[in-house]
Amino acid sequence: MDTKRRSVLRGAGAAGAIVAAAAAGLVRPSPSLAAPLNKAAADAKNTADAMKALGVSGAAESKDILIKAPDIAENGAVVPIEIESRIPNTESIAVFIDKNPFPYVGTFDVSKSGVPFVALRVKVGESSPVRVVAMAGGKPYTTAKEVKVTIGGCGG
Amino acid sequence: MADPMKIRATLQGDVADVRVLMSHPMETGQRKDSSGNVVPLHFIHTISAQLNGKTVFEANTTQAISRNPVFAFKVKGAKAGDKLAITWEDNKGDKRTDEITLGS
Repeated sequence: MDTKRRSVLRGAGAAGAIVAAAAAGLVRPSPSLAAPLNKAAADAKNTADAMKALGVSGAAESKDILIKAPDIAENGAVVPIEIESRIPNTESIAVFIDKNPFPYVGTFDVSKSGVPFVALRVKVGESSPVRVVAMAGGKPYTTAKEVKVTIGGCGG
Repeated sequence: MADPMKIRATLQGDVADVRVLMSHPMETGQRKDSSGNVVPLHFIHTISAQLNGKTVFEANTTQAISRNPVFAFKVKGAKAGDKLAITWEDNKGDKRTDEITLGS
């Protein structure tokens, strides 16, 4: 009688399971609804590839992004950096450490906080420029600051 | 379950100056333990902050963040009595949320 309907339901159930599995693996559902980490950027082994993966390549140099970081960091495992953007409508701030094995550090979405400021502590494997890309009005802007490291932060 | 976060926020006018300390190993996947085995990658990849339930700050991070991460950010439009909740989630599916009340 309604075997056809049953099979349709079964089919829909299977498809639903696949979608759910994909969602669990790729886009972890979380109450915060935060965007998932950009895997391609995190796995990129140089800054250019990471930027490409994030869609922020071709950023214009800007003096309106301020990076406060030590010139010489004694311990590369903990390097405090502070970033402030003076570009109007700054939406997000992405950080890269050029010479780390995986340069991408993270992206900080400041579009809803109203203050384009973030401070964090990063690992710096060897002396390297700390590069910041700020997205403002859909356009990327960048600046970099050299940090010299006397003891590396990666490896034991 | 991970240890609680330490969240501190000071109000300067309507801007909340938030500092948060998370307790997390942030393994890079490059380090070897004493017996020479590679310690697997273990890091916080998503952070978000809600002010009275509304998302005000979000971040994606990688293993390049230092162990026991400290972040600071500022939130405009905050006032005493507002509830600030911060959530992190790591690559092993562990997550933690802690909440404070501003100006207390």
